[in-house]
Amino acid sequence: MTSYLIKGAAPLGAGPVDILVEDGVLRSIVAAGTASADGAEVVDATGLIALPGLVDLHTHLREPGREDAETVETGTQAAALGGFTAVHAMANTDPVADTAGVVEQVWRLGREAGHCDVFPVGAVTVGLAGERLAELGAMADSAARVRVFSDDGRCVADPVLMRRALEYVRAFDGLVAQHAQEPRLTEEAQMNEGELSGRLGLRGWPAVAEEAIIARDCLLAAHVGSRLHVCHLSTAGSVEIVRWAKARSRAEGGWEVTAEVCPHHLLLTDELAATYDPIYKVNPPLRTSADVEALRAGLADGTIDAVATDHAPHPHEDKDCEWQAAAFGMLGLETALSVVQQTMVDTGLLDWAGVAERMSHAPARIGRLDGHGRALAEGEPANLVLYDPGVRRTVDPAEGASLSRNTPYAGMELPGRVVATFLRGRPTVIDGKQS
Amino acid sequence: MKKHLLSAADLTRGDALLVLRTAEELRSLADRPIKKLPALRGRTIVNLFFEDSTRTRISFEAAAKRLSADVINFSAKGSSLSKGESLKDTALTLEAMGADAVVVRHWASGAPHLLANAGWSRSSVINAGDGTHEHPTQALLDAFTMWRHLTADPGQGLDGRRVAIVGDILHSRVARSNALLLNTLGAEVTLVAPPTLLPYGVESWPVETSYDLDAVLPKSDVVMMLRVQKERMNLSGGGFFPTVREYSRRYGLDSRRMAQLQDHTIVMHPGPMNRGMEITADVADSKRSVIVEQVTNGVAVRMAVLYLLLGGNESAIGGARAEAGTEPSIPTTDGADA
Repeated sequence: MTSYLIKGAAPLGAGPVDILVEDGVLRSIVAAGTASADGAEVVDATGLIALPGLVDLHTHLREPGREDAETVETGTQAAALGGFTAVHAMANTDPVADTAGVVEQVWRLGREAGHCDVFPVGAVTVGLAGERLAELGAMADSAARVRVFSDDGRCVADPVLMRRALEYVRAFDGLVAQHAQEPRLTEEAQMNEGELSGRLGLRGWPAVAEEAIIARDCLLAAHVGSRLHVCHLSTAGSVEIVRWAKARSRAEGGWEVTAEVCPHHLLLTDELAATYDPIYKVNPPLRTSADVEALRAGLADGTIDAVATDHAPHPHEDKDCEWQAAAFGMLGLETALSVVQQTMVDTGLLDWAGVAERMSHAPARIGRLDGHGRALAEGEPANLVLYDPGVRRTVDPAEGASLSRNTPYAGMELPGRVVATFLRGRPTVIDGKQS
Repeated sequence: MKKHLLSAADLTRGDALLVLRTAEELRSLADRPIKKLPALRGRTIVNLFFEDSTRTRISFEAAAKRLSADVINFSAKGSSLSKGESLKDTALTLEAMGADAVVVRHWASGAPHLLANAGWSRSSVINAGDGTHEHPTQALLDAFTMWRHLTADPGQGLDGRRVAIVGDILHSRVARSNALLLNTLGAEVTLVAPPTLLPYGVESWPVETSYDLDAVLPKSDVVMMLRVQKERMNLSGGGFFPTVREYSRRYGLDSRRMAQLQDHTIVMHPGPMNRGMEITADVADSKRSVIVEQVTNGVAVRMAVLYLLLGGNESAIGGARAEAGTEPSIPTTDGADA
């Protein structure tokens, strides 16, 4: 296996070092300019920040079933280009990932592609129908070793079913990741319910529909002593509820709530719906600037544990139509780090160590991934990303590795660029390109 | 005027008054034996209807034909569940046929906006009702009807006039467009509905709101009743009110309530009416009712809109291009084409 000497990288933005990557691990980390190559391939990382390989808790790879939108191959290429070394593949495929067979298939496709580790998420209920539990234990015991379960795209709305799921997954240290959306309050909902939805004549998706489920689930998790993860927080009220729940769980112990936020909810607002361009249609919807501020503050103070992309590829025709007819979702893997830099780092809310925590360490802990989210320290697995925060780029959807082009950032200038990604010592991206 | 008419908010006060004055000129045509002008001869206007609406379609069709335009009716049925023909492919087809204007009715809010801005077509787009968003020509014909009854001076708007719009505001594109346009014209609008049928965030609209019809009626110069679908009371339809009877009692216009109105106050309804629900038959057929006149005015207003969007700056019968900002004069000689 080729060794690499990464020269002059700044781990978490600190002073520059030379990093020798050998046999899949970080063999040595020494002061910049003091390491000798000794036959290793040299990577000039002057001016680049080194972060642990990013971990996404929330990715839609679309395979099996919607290979016209994305495949495991293309989705993991996009992930690597975005600096990710591990992604959790959501279960809303066709067939649904609700059996050991499907999760093993996705896991195997990820291994064969080799661009980044793929950890399948198992469906909580059979067919995502919200009626009865899927064979969660079989998925946990399968080769895919599923630990995160979610009906994402749908809410586990039935309170008894949610309670049972929270209880049941304790047997294998599993986690239920809830898509918090009260279904009756959001029938045919199209965008954030507010003054603008009334004016645009688009059915509103009220904040309370998210917050009511989060509050209920936090109380359930406390009651049964389980781990709950809340997907894609989008409202200021949700941040408040999670903040309250975390304080309570710290005091009581024995249960835990974690939460994630998507890059688009940190940057974009519902005002974009006024264009009626469904590129901005996403679930949960883009909210107000007050919500954006609260989400940023929540991510900064640790109320929100992780950034997760909710990368949701859709073929062009599903976005090139009337808003009401269009699919929900937007791409995220290849722009996540740039959006986090712009919204969190350049604003002074997080330093690079904070970014590593929210985009690597925390999501790896939540997903119980041993080989990811580790410190940049000698002897650790060589999963890392080299990032240039000093450049700016204009997003061109055609340049992406994703099969789909539904990025809301097209034409937008964002800071930073992933220069290289290493997965267990092997570069999956080098010079900003697929390796 | 802008190239498209997508929202009542696209119209400045000057634009709106120009439409009203132009409609007034064109309306006189309805009383002539030959109701046709050559103004848009050779122009192609497509009525593109993704949702059934016989009234609006024939109103636009009559308007276009009276201006001698060629009219193509295109019905592309579909719903949000079965998408049917895509808006994009339809737009490309119409573009290939060389449509000058597309009059579009669509079940999806914002579809005309998309048609005008997605780069699929160069035609002028006229919103003939989109989802629960807007219906600007309905607002224009309503304003025109009010203007003819309440204002003697053609230079005036509807300043200080009080208009009550009553009923299912939440789902009404007519109410949205009327609120915007009437505000532009200086009228004071009060939306009257049960709280469940007022849109979220209505406080930020340039209108008053009330839950009490009886309190609003005596001071209104215009009472506009909106259609309320019976299905809205079912839980599957939203559960917005308990029963039809209760709705009628609290928000219906009957002869007892009509007696509270000032002498000059007119009663309007965009149609189709639910007689016995939001309006009783005796009110609908009373002397105050201008509901049938609204239909006549609809043709005149739509003629004015088509004329101003397509021919307003250049006379269709060989006149020089009008100066920007000056009012076009409408050629009134009869083209008498085949």
